[in-house]
Amino acid sequence: MKDHFTMDAPQPRLLDEMKQGVIGTPMDRPDGPQKVSGTAGYAADHTTENMVHGVLVRATITRGRVRQIDKSSVEAIDGVIDVITDARMIRNPAQGMAGSAPVQPGDAVHYHGQPIAVVVAETFEAARDAAQRLAVHYETEEAAVTPETSTDVETGEPETAGDFEAAWSGSEVTVDKTYTTGAHAAAAMEPHAAIAEWKDGAVTLRSALQMVRFNKKELADTLGIDPSNVRILAPFIGGGFGSKLGLGPEAAAAAIAAEKLGRPVRVVMTRQNVFDTVLRRSETSQRVRFGATKAGKITAIAHDDRVSNIDGEGFAEPVTQASQFLYGADGLSFTQTLARIATTPAGSVRAPGEAVGMLAFEAALDELAEKLGIDPVQLRLDNLPETHPMDGRPYSARRLADCLKDGAERFGWADRGAPGSRREGDWQIGMGVASAARANMLIKSSSRVRLTGNRAIVETDMTDIGTGTYAILAQIAAEALGLDPSHVEVRLGDSDLPGASGSGGSFGANSAGSATFLAAKKIRARIAEALGCAEDSLTLQNGLARGDNREAALTDLVTEEFLEEATVKAGKTSESHFSSGFGAHFAEVAVHEWTGEVRVRRMLGVMSMGRILNEKTARSQAIGGMIWGIGSALTEEMQSDPRDGHVVTRDLANYHVPAHADVPGQMQVVFLEERDDYANPIQTKGIGELGISGAGGAILNAIAHATGRRVYDYPATPDRVLAALDA
Amino acid sequence: MKTTLTVNAREYDVDNDPRRTLLDTLRDDLGLPGTKKGCDHGQCGACTVLLNGERVNSCLCLTAMHDGDEITTIEGIGSPDKLSALQEAFVKHDGYQCGYCTPGQIMSATAMLKEISDGAPSYVSDDLQTASLSDAEMAERMSGNLCRCSAYPLIREAIAMASEVKK
Ligand code: FES
Ligand code: FES
Repeated sequence: MKDHFTMDAPQPRLLDEMKQGVIGTPMDRPDGPQKVSGTAGYAADHTTENMVHGVLVRATITRGRVRQIDKSSVEAIDGVIDVITDARMIRNPAQGMAGSAPVQPGDAVHYHGQPIAVVVAETFEAARDAAQRLAVHYETEEAAVTPETSTDVETGEPETAGDFEAAWSGSEVTVDKTYTTGAHAAAAMEPHAAIAEWKDGAVTLRSALQMVRFNKKELADTLGIDPSNVRILAPFIGGGFGSKLGLGPEAAAAAIAAEKLGRPVRVVMTRQNVFDTVLRRSETSQRVRFGATKAGKITAIAHDDRVSNIDGEGFAEPVTQASQFLYGADGLSFTQTLARIATTPAGSVRAPGEAVGMLAFEAALDELAEKLGIDPVQLRLDNLPETHPMDGRPYSARRLADCLKDGAERFGWADRGAPGSRREGDWQIGMGVASAARANMLIKSSSRVRLTGNRAIVETDMTDIGTGTYAILAQIAAEALGLDPSHVEVRLGDSDLPGASGSGGSFGANSAGSATFLAAKKIRARIAEALGCAEDSLTLQNGLARGDNREAALTDLVTEEFLEEATVKAGKTSESHFSSGFGAHFAEVAVHEWTGEVRVRRMLGVMSMGRILNEKTARSQAIGGMIWGIGSALTEEMQSDPRDGHVVTRDLANYHVPAHADVPGQMQVVFLEERDDYANPIQTKGIGELGISGAGGAILNAIAHATGRRVYDYPATPDRVLAALDA
Repeated sequence: MKTTLTVNAREYDVDNDPRRTLLDTLRDDLGLPGTKKGCDHGQCGACTVLLNGERVNSCLCLTAMHDGDEITTIEGIGSPDKLSALQEAFVKHDGYQCGYCTPGQIMSATAMLKEISDGAPSYVSDDLQTASLSDAEMAERMSGNLCRCSAYPLIREAIAMASEVKK
C-alpha cells in the first residue's frame, strides 16, 4: 500500500518516545565486516566470464570537431575488438538530479579531455594501449579557457535585502577584500566505473552512482530506451562527494558498447579520465564587503562572485549560499557572474557554495573583527539575525550561538593572545574560528519495510556512499519496530526498489530515513491492530508488543509478512521556516616562518545538526568534512593550462588531497543536542557537508592570527604564505 | 607469460599479458577483487598487498616479475565472520566510510606494525634505535594510503587499538 506524506506541519518527536533505544547510538556499521575484508562489491568488482574491457579515448584539442578516427591505427593490436563512437555518448556526467541525458556532442569536441570514443578489447592492457595509440584527426576552433579571457560572461541580477548602498556608505568601519579559490576535484578513491550487460532489450548497469532513481532515467534517456528497460545496481560506492550524482561517460560508453558487441563491457575511468571529465568545483573570485558601526554592529554585507562553467551546463557554484543567512545587516547584496569557458565542466562537489564561499566570507569577517578590535567569536555572537535576513523566515532550529560559546570554551579560546604573539622556535602559532552553516533539505523519497516475526527488511534505491545509510536505516526500522538492529536487513542501491532521494546535498538521511520511518510506522499500526490496542498506546521493544494491557511476541503476532511502503516529500514547513545545520569550527595552526609551511595542530567542530541518528557515523562524516576543509585551505587546487585548458594536475600526485600526515590526531567533534521539528518526521538535519562548511575558514583565520598577515588566494600554499609574510 | 604465484597460501598458475599488473591479476584473474585500484600509478595505496611479507603497491608490480613470490591480500587477512584484530578495530572505530581505501589501509597497517616492531625508524622517529607507535609515527608511515573520505584520525585510532590488543 502506498502512502504520501507531505511535510506541511511540525512533527511530533515520535522517535524519542520509542523504547528500543538504538537511535543515536554509536552502532558499528552492519556493512563494516564486508568493507574490512574486501568482500563489499564495488562496481568494477563484478567480473564475468565473457566480459570485455573498454577504455575511454580523450580529445586532445580544446574545441572543434573529430574529423576522422583512424581505426586502422590500432587494428593490429592483439585483442582489440572495436573502436566505438556513437551519437549517444555523453560529454560529461549529468548534473545532480538531472533525470535526463547530459549534452551528447556527437563529433563535436567542447573541451580538452572530453571522451570521444571507447576502445574495447579482450584485455585491459590491449584496450589501454589502443586508446593511447588511436590516431584521431580534428578540426580545431578557438575557445577561451580562462574566466579572464572569456567573451561569454554574464552577470546576474543582484539578490538583495534592505538598501546595501545606503548601509555601506553609512558604515563607520568597512572591509572590502577580494579572494580567489582554486578549482577542486572530488577525487573519490574509487574511480568512476561501470559494467553493462544486455538481455532481451534491457540493460543492467553496475556503476558507482549516488542517485539511482535519477540515474536510471539518465541512462534511459541517453540510450533512447524506456526506463523500464534499465536496471541500475550500486550497493557499494567508493566515495562520491557529488562526483557520482549523475550518470557518467563511462557508464554510457559501457552500455553502448555492450549493446553493440553483445557482451558485458566494463569501462573504468583511469584516474586521469576522472580529473579530465568528472565535474569539478569551479574556481572562484570573490569580493566580500562588510560595513559596521564602531561598536561592532554589522550594517552592510555584500558578497559578489565570479565562477565558471562550460556552455550547456545549468550549474553555477552557489558561492554565497551561507552568506545570505548567517549574519544580519541593514542592507545585503549578492551578485554572481558566470564565465563560459571550454574546460572540464563544473558541478557539485561536497557542499557546493559553502565550501569555498565561506573561506572568503569568514576570513573577511575575521578581518572586520580585527579592525574593530572585537573578539571574532564575540563579533559573530553579536550579529546573529532574528530571522532569515533575506526573506524573514524564522529559523526552524538554530544553536549557532551555543556552538560558538561551547567551542570557545572547549578549545581554550580565551588564551589565544594577540596576533603574531605565540611562537615555538621557527613556528608561529595561531588560533582561528569560523561559523559553519549548510542549508537543510528534504527530497521526495520512498522506502519499503517488511516485517515477518521479529525480522525486518528495509528496501529502497537509496545509496550508501560511505555516509552510513546501511547503519541508520537499520537503526530507524529497529527503533520503530522494537527490534535488535541485527534483525534488520537493509537493501540499497537497486533501481528496482522504491525510489529515494539518493545521496547528495546532505539530504539522504533526512529523506530516505523519514520514508523508512513512515513505512515502519504503518507497520506499527498493523501490529497495534493485530494486538488489539490503540496505536498510540503500543510499545515495541525487543520483539515484544505491548499495549492496553495486552502483550504478544512479534513472532506470534506477525506470522505472515507485513509489508508497507511510504513516501515523504517537502511541504509548507520549508516555506514557513528556514532549516539549516549550524556549527562553529576552531583550528590551531603552526606556520613556519622560513618555509611558509602550515601544519594544522588540532581542530574542533561543535555542531548542531538536528537529531543524530548514529553518533559514530555522524562523527566520521563531520571529521571527514573538516579534513576537506584542510584540503581547501592548504593544498587542493586543480590547475589547467591557460593556453588550451587541459587539466595539468590530473592525478593524485599533482592534485593534493590531504594525507595522513596532513591531519592531526586531535580532530574533535561535539554534537549539541537538537531536534528540528520543521525539517522532517525524524527531526534530523544533513551531516555530510556541514563539516567542510567553514572549516577551511577557521584554518585561514588561524594563519592570520599566527602571523599577523593574511593570504587572499587559496589554497594557502607555502609560496603564498611566504609572499604574505614578506609583504 | 607463465607465472606461478602463491596468494594467501594457495598456489596459482597464471598465463598473463606481460604488461599485466599484479593488481589486475589478483582482481580479474584470481577472483580476489578485495584489493582496489584507485590510481594505477602508485599514488594512493588502495592496491597495497604484502609481497613476501612487505607492503607494496600492487599496481606498480608486473605479475610476470613475481614468479615464485608469496602474496597476501586482504582476503588472506580475515573474512567477515573471522576478522583479524585490525579488521575488527576498523569496524569498532569506524576507520573508514566508503570502504574503498580500507583493504589498502589494513594491509599497509599490518606491515607497518611489523616494521615498527622490527625497529625500523621513519622520518619522524626521535630515536633511530627504538621506533614507537605514536600518532605522529603512524601518520608518517601511513601517508602512502590516501583516504578521500578522510577517516584518517579514526584509522589511526583503530591501528593503535589493534596494536594494544596484540600486546
Ligand atoms: S592503485 Fe596502486 S597506488 Fe593507487
Ligand atoms: S573510506 Fe572512503 S576513501 Fe577511505
